[in-house]
Amino acid sequence: MANEVVDHGRRRFLTITTAVVGGVGVVAVAVPFIKSWEPSARAKAAGAPVTADISKIEPGQKVTFAWRSQPVFVVNRTKDQLAALSSLDVRLTDPKSEVTDQQPKYAQNATRSIKPEWLVVVGLCTHLGCVPDFEPVMKPEPFDPNWKGGFYCPCHKSRYDLAGRVFQGVPAPKNLPVPPYHFVDDNTIQIGVDPKEAG
Amino acid sequence: MTKRYFSIIALAFGLIVGGTSAVMAEEGPEMPAAGTNVRDTASLQRGAKLFFNYCVGCHSLKYVRYSRIAEDLGLSEQDVMDNLNFTGAKFGETVVSHMPEDSAKEWFGKAPPDLSLEVRAKGQDWVFNYLNSFYLDPSRPVGWNNTIFANASMPNPLWELQGVQVAVKGKPDAQGESEVEKLELAQPGRLTLEQFKGATRDLTAFLEYAAEPAALQRQSMGVWVILFLAGFTFLAYMLKHEYWKDVH
Amino acid sequence: MANVFTRVGEWVNERAPNLAPTYRKHMTEYYAPKNFNLWYYFGSLALLVLVNQIVTGIFLTMNYKTSALEAFNSVEYIMRDVEWGWLIRYMHSTGASLFFIVVFLHMFRGLMYGSYKKPRELVWLLGMLIFLVLMAEAFMGYVLPWGNMSFWGAKVIISLFGTIPVIGSTLVEWIMGDFLPADATLNRFFALHVIALPIVLLLLVVLHLAALHEVGSNNPDGVEIKKGPKGNRWDDHKPADGIPFHPYYTVKDLVGVGFFLMIAAFIIFFAPTFGGWFLEHDNFIPANNLVTPTHIKPVWYFTPFYAILRMIPSMFGTAVWGVIAMFAAIVLLFLVPWIDRGQVRSIRYRGAGFKVLLFTFVVAFIALGAVGAGVIAEIMPSWEIFFGRVWTIVYFGFFLGLWAYTHFGWEKTKPVPERVTTHD
Repeated sequence: MANEVVDHGRRRFLTITTAVVGGVGVVAVAVPFIKSWEPSARAKAAGAPVTADISKIEPGQKVTFAWRSQPVFVVNRTKDQLAALSSLDVRLTDPKSEVTDQQPKYAQNATRSIKPEWLVVVGLCTHLGCVPDFEPVMKPEPFDPNWKGGFYCPCHKSRYDLAGRVFQGVPAPKNLPVPPYHFVDDNTIQIGVDPKEAG
Repeated sequence: MTKRYFSIIALAFGLIVGGTSAVMAEEGPEMPAAGTNVRDTASLQRGAKLFFNYCVGCHSLKYVRYSRIAEDLGLSEQDVMDNLNFTGAKFGETVVSHMPEDSAKEWFGKAPPDLSLEVRAKGQDWVFNYLNSFYLDPSRPVGWNNTIFANASMPNPLWELQGVQVAVKGKPDAQGESEVEKLELAQPGRLTLEQFKGATRDLTAFLEYAAEPAALQRQSMGVWVILFLAGFTFLAYMLKHEYWKDVH
Repeated sequence: MANVFTRVGEWVNERAPNLAPTYRKHMTEYYAPKNFNLWYYFGSLALLVLVNQIVTGIFLTMNYKTSALEAFNSVEYIMRDVEWGWLIRYMHSTGASLFFIVVFLHMFRGLMYGSYKKPRELVWLLGMLIFLVLMAEAFMGYVLPWGNMSFWGAKVIISLFGTIPVIGSTLVEWIMGDFLPADATLNRFFALHVIALPIVLLLLVVLHLAALHEVGSNNPDGVEIKKGPKGNRWDDHKPADGIPFHPYYTVKDLVGVGFFLMIAAFIIFFAPTFGGWFLEHDNFIPANNLVTPTHIKPVWYFTPFYAILRMIPSMFGTAVWGVIAMFAAIVLLFLVPWIDRGQVRSIRYRGAGFKVLLFTFVVAFIALGAVGAGVIAEIMPSWEIFFGRVWTIVYFGFFLGLWAYTHFGWEKTKPVPERVTTHD
């Protein structure tokens, strides 16, 4: 067993190079496995924009549509309900809708909507994702003696007004999110697609 | 020593490869190769056009999405929805035939099969030759027969393009049955023989694509993966060589 | 940074003082003979494929649906709709076939160099158990896509148990949980394929390696390096012809892994069905209990055993003989350490008779594979039975011949060298 001089520099260099190239290979192989968890073509197709007929929704009524398996509330707000909105500003967490993630630019206004009477929001409480109840009538409620209509989450008592804005002092941190949507015509909206001018 | 191992491996390989080619060459009538090329996007586009004009009336592609066709064939959503999708399906949905299954059974005896995996099940040569081998046969309920798939309950969907073929039969055997010797064109169609072969080749290519859309991805990726592995193997060899210098 | 590693190492060492010695025992201080050749790559490659099957298998279960109604669709869903699902599936399906190629070569190596001989009988037995479990694992995995070959393959293989006298038909119904392969069958096969058998397989692999490291590796010369001179450049008390497994064989196996992955990648990316051998044409048709595929045959790696089954006619009103012969073909492999009475391990120094026997055995195995796959029926149909029976006799003749050759002292061996000869 002749003890030859080992070229440690070359050995070290080759070890590191092989390890790095092998590591790159392992990472590259990991990518397809990680990406296989992304929504599949079927999930994406099921999450395609939804066209909703809103002509049958009476003033003061709410209808729920499914978009990407989530409930989307569409509410036809009355004049009175709209008028009451501004009076609530002092009791709300984010009255001016300044958290920009919660609505598209075109819904960052006093009514959080494209057309004042039509509210379109994703009906999932921003606290832990329960579906809030729709309580449209302006009358004293056990949870709020000065109730002006809005959404009340049965899970942890979070409250939102009729523009989906969250009240102060409740567990939910943010306003109900407004999904991208636009009016195809006066009777139809499409949820999941921004209006042309906003694109 | 090593030589002998290699000869054993070579023998084993020879037997396997020989066996493979023997099996590949099997099955019924002599079939010219389809000569399809799934990497030829223009061919796939022409094939898709034929499929959606002549086939989708009866056959679905229930695993294939319109959106995927658009993506893989280099077509826009508009192209696909206007020129290929005649069923009112959504862009993300799969290709479903508009024939109700019940009436299909009534008309043809059984529902026309889904064609998503036809090429993987039968091979592209079979599909190509099947499409070229229809002939008029008044004894069959649908009035057509096929030399590749005898007594198929399917009329020739492309007869306007191909024209009408009739069978030239050989001498009857002891049972009075006679084999089809060859097919002759009795009435020409809109396409010449060569044009029709090209059209059916495109259609077969499209069905080949539909049977395995991933084929497009895997073939273009494979080269890079193997090149990378070759580089890695070279490095590993250098490393091994370096370490083994001190083993005597 | 280095400091942190040292401290973590010390922390672990304090709490698990045996960890580092165990690692050394199996890696840096496991002295393997220095003359391993090409045939010694397949053990580590089998381990690599096993890891591949487990990882890709786990990801396949994330989208596979265990139901007779949905299984076929869910496989196509994986192939088309799941991002990169096709790659994961092809890695798994190609891996299954490569597993058997690697394992067959690994077993052939053992036969060639007498790696089953004393004191390594336990290593061989555990290896054979791995092979047996692997066949069960592969068969059940093959059923899961619920294509027409899956269905009919399941039906034919399960029907084998129906040939057992008296309890046969009850047993078949019990295995299927129905009167033909159905939802219940698919569900229990899934459970076994995905949970039960992999656990057994992993346990057996650990035991196989533990048993190997207990006695040390054999080598192409069949020389026991532990009995040779002592003292190498790393340790004065260890075999002179041994080299540390790590780094010498880890870096060498890395080269083997590189070549192997190139072959695997070629198949996965350019020929995933391998001309209908790895993924069969008829399995792209959904299971149909009314239509049997025209060429009903198992996947290629079962074909030699399937051929033996088919070549034995039914006698005395029962078809059990073929089944017995088929299982005997596997059981005899278990018994090779006791059938072979020869004193010399490696084919290099064994008598010419052994070489002839082993060669004809390999040819018989391949020829029977061709029979089982229906290749012979295609190229020379009228000779199939004769051909198949001759090679069945040759297959079993190997064991008988090996016993007689060594038992009666007919073998003329060459002198075995004191030390291992060369390394490549």
